[in-house]
Amino acid sequence: MSSEWPLWEVFIRGQHGLHHRHVGSLHAPDAEMAICNARDVYTRRNEGVSIWVVKSSDITASSPSEKGPLFEPSNAKVYRHPTFFEIPSEVGHM
Amino acid sequence: MYAQMVKAEGAKAREEMSEQERAFQDRIDRGEKIEPKDWMPEGYRKTLIRQIGQHAHSEIVGQLPEGNWITRAPTLERKAILLAKVQDEAGHGLYLYSAAETLGVSRDELLAALHGGRMKYSSIFNYPTLTWADIGMVGWLVDGAAIMNQVQLQKTSYGPYSRAMIRICKEESFHQRQGYDILMKMCLQGTPEQKAMAQDAMNRFWYPALMMFGPPDRDSVHSAQSMQWKIKINTNDELRQKFVDQTVPQAEYLGLTIPDPKLKWNDAKGGYDFSEPDWTEFFEVIAGNGPCNTERMEARITAWEDGAWFRKGLMAHARKRDARRAAARLAAE
Repeated sequence: MSSEWPLWEVFIRGQHGLHHRHVGSLHAPDAEMAICNARDVYTRRNEGVSIWVVKSSDITASSPSEKGPLFEPSNAKVYRHPTFFEIPSEVGHM
Repeated sequence: MYAQMVKAEGAKAREEMSEQERAFQDRIDRGEKIEPKDWMPEGYRKTLIRQIGQHAHSEIVGQLPEGNWITRAPTLERKAILLAKVQDEAGHGLYLYSAAETLGVSRDELLAALHGGRMKYSSIFNYPTLTWADIGMVGWLVDGAAIMNQVQLQKTSYGPYSRAMIRICKEESFHQRQGYDILMKMCLQGTPEQKAMAQDAMNRFWYPALMMFGPPDRDSVHSAQSMQWKIKINTNDELRQKFVDQTVPQAEYLGLTIPDPKLKWNDAKGGYDFSEPDWTEFFEVIAGNGPCNTERMEARITAWEDGAWFRKGLMAHARKRDARRAAARLAAE
């Protein structure tokens, strides 16, 4: 059996109140070690207050070839943006 | 430079490209980043694996000449700083290996290629660090040259590589400053012996530092394609010139002499004229015949082999615990 450690994706919350953000990946034998390694690899300069690790093999990603079917439909729905509607200035801030 | 002489496939003219290749080149020309799952020409993938892999190997092997001085740093503070720097180099290697892995090569394959001599690392790390002044010189000149190269690579077309470079550049300027700080102490406040030590280090590291940018453009056969793909942004000679222009005033401040009698400001080109390094020596070092090639590879391979039981052990432990947890979950259902 291969002894190569599995790959983990690392997400870090930079400050309280922000989302966790993907920062990169690393190898580790298990989740606990992945957190330890992520601490050393990605937060040597106070970059975070919280770490998530997820096995890369557990991530399902959309494929670049689906870009059209996935995202184009929303382009046609301009009324989803507030700027689509014109509100008379007499009405005031809305 | 951390990636010297990376073999690239020959550049293609637009007419020779397939429709897919043309669309790919258009994306690059528009400044779009290429991401791991996007279609890419096989040559682009291969060249990037070579370049990012070589870059990663350089970071890891680059720990060795500096690690040499951790136990002998002159003060506790210098020791702590050097430790932090060497730890950063390990981190930089890891960012880069991860970037290479997104191209479909495994970490173990990359390491096996390094240990088997099929992949290279920067020639600079095959020179010894004989005195404490060498550690200053490595930080100032070697990391200075590295930064010069890496700053332009932040704009490279491959997303994961570019992001690794941005991260690395943020951390790297501490490295150069700590080196310069060591030399300021030795040259401006030190004894005549310490100053002589710094000059000796300068004499030994100057030309190897210039070699880091790779062979002159006239001999650099792989540049055209790499630049077309924006894997490389500036040519070797452009970066070398920039490095010399930046470094000369810094050397003057320290009172160090650059070991080049031909070094002279050229008003017309707005830069310094300088002597080229001995390219025969460069090719010898790349071929494995530098002063420390054997020692560096032995240290790498020994570390890898000595750690094998540990890597396996942790993996076995993780598998056992997973199995136990799965069994417990099943029993509870």
